[in-house]
Amino acid sequence: MRIGFFLREAVRALRRNAAPSFAALATILLTMLVVGVFIPIVQATTGAANDVRKRVLVDVYLVRGATQADVTRVRQTLTQMSDVKRVAFVSKQQAYEQQRAKDPEAFALLGANPLPDTFRVTPKNPDDVLKIAAQLQPASSGGRGAPIDRAIDSVNTKRDDTKKILEVTRFVKLMAGTLAALLIAASIFLIANTIRLSLYARRREVEVMKLVGATDWFIRWPFVIEGVVVGAFGTLLAILLLAIGKIAIIDPLASDFTLIAAPSTMPFTALVVVMLIAGIAISAIGSGLSLRRFLRI
Amino acid sequence: MPVKTGKSRPSRRTAAEHAPLAAARSAVPHRAMPGGATVIEFRGVEKRYDVGAVGLDQATFSIERGEWVFLVGSTGSGKSTVMRLLIKELEPTGGAIRVAGKDLAEIDRKRVPYYRRNIGVVFQDFKLLPNRTVHDNVAYALQVTGGTRKDIRAKVPDILRLTGLSTKLHNYPDQLSGGEQQRVAIARAFVNHPPLLLADEPTGNLDPETSIGIMQLLYRINRAGTTVLIATHDNAMVDKMRRRVIELSQGRIVRDEATGLYVRDESTREFAVRMRDGLPESPPTVEQR
Repeated sequence: MRIGFFLREAVRALRRNAAPSFAALATILLTMLVVGVFIPIVQATTGAANDVRKRVLVDVYLVRGATQADVTRVRQTLTQMSDVKRVAFVSKQQAYEQQRAKDPEAFALLGANPLPDTFRVTPKNPDDVLKIAAQLQPASSGGRGAPIDRAIDSVNTKRDDTKKILEVTRFVKLMAGTLAALLIAASIFLIANTIRLSLYARRREVEVMKLVGATDWFIRWPFVIEGVVVGAFGTLLAILLLAIGKIAIIDPLASDFTLIAAPSTMPFTALVVVMLIAGIAISAIGSGLSLRRFLRI
Repeated sequence: MPVKTGKSRPSRRTAAEHAPLAAARSAVPHRAMPGGATVIEFRGVEKRYDVGAVGLDQATFSIERGEWVFLVGSTGSGKSTVMRLLIKELEPTGGAIRVAGKDLAEIDRKRVPYYRRNIGVVFQDFKLLPNRTVHDNVAYALQVTGGTRKDIRAKVPDILRLTGLSTKLHNYPDQLSGGEQQRVAIARAFVNHPPLLLADEPTGNLDPETSIGIMQLLYRINRAGTTVLIATHDNAMVDKMRRRVIELSQGRIVRDEATGLYVRDESTREFAVRMRDGLPESPPTVEQR
């Protein structure tokens, strides 16, 4: 009985206030459309930045003539470091074969294998690369100090390149995050404002309801349901437009351009679910909250 | 979906036509408020607004059950303050207000809606819901209290007949005259048969003839046992009614007396005749002071 009554009240309000309802619907449609386009772009950008950051490594070269015991000991030291995620061992023989495959003539000239045994150390967080290098080879007064293990010849992080990569990717991620936050905040304010305007036109109605003895939630439920309906319709329309855009424009291009098919963007269904929940929640909660000031009678 | 019980209606309609008031009268004792016969009690009530204006200053009076009381005074004298304090739209800054023995200060915010359901309120500007028909406006007061469709079907047509609105059932407020809108407001205020009815300038926007109709309707409700408190500055009307008058001036009570003959058992018809008496030669002047 109660739910039926609230539903009928909400439908009645939507019908009798067609213009403000349409305005709210259009606002939600537009913001959701923008959000729907922007979320994958932000994700692709951050994904690309993260891919680059993953390539940041620490190379640990062992001294020539390192014994099997040395290799085991260094491996143990490296794996026990707290910031290290993965340690890969490339023996001098493997390294030689890899390099020779790349440039057979040069290595044919060399004759012997000049390459050392190497550990490729992947940090848990790319930002820790320099920290790991510093731990392995603590800085001393005269520049670089001695490595912590006598079997380690040198530690290489391609310091300048690493720094540059980390800085640029951090900036890109920060920008994307800021833009996303701004956009989400703007959407919420825009939707809340539209709802508040349409409620303002009906504040007298709320006042009368209060004077007749209606409880706050008795008045609020129809407004919240109205918000859900408007939010759902607006978001569904936005999703429909996005789907058309995806099928007509993105999908044909995706096979040609790898950036668009970046693996780190969320699947379309997940995007749809997130948008629906966000659209409905913002609209419904916005209606319920905006009503509060008019209920204080 | 509502099942129309149209077959059983004619018999009930005739019964209801004869005794809509009997129904109202019998409804009142059930709702009899606890705390004896005093419905409203103001004790040293003071209301100062934030801007420094005085709404009410040491107001003390009490109103018994079934009484009809006028609250008079010029604009800004505190009439509306009394009304708004009574529906707990405002809180007094001093003193105590008791309605049916219950101290209003003890009613917390959450309970206010339930308290208000015991009071019918009528305003100068009608305060109807513009998006609802006459029927739905009145029905809303029942829906608020959790009234079922059955309740609504039983009570709304009766109250609309009592107020003479049976033919306007499906009209929207903006399709009605001022007098008709005020009748809808009264129907809504009375549909729950509250023991107390407050009217703030109920005839303020209406012409004299229509005003008499409204007063007649309120009189009928009062005769059914409901306590009626009316704020007005229509002195001609007040003089003719010969009821208890509480006069306010700058927030203070300056007069509280039952003027002239107090004809309690006057019929509604006699009442109307007396009210119309002398209307043409001395049209009531609204502001006399």
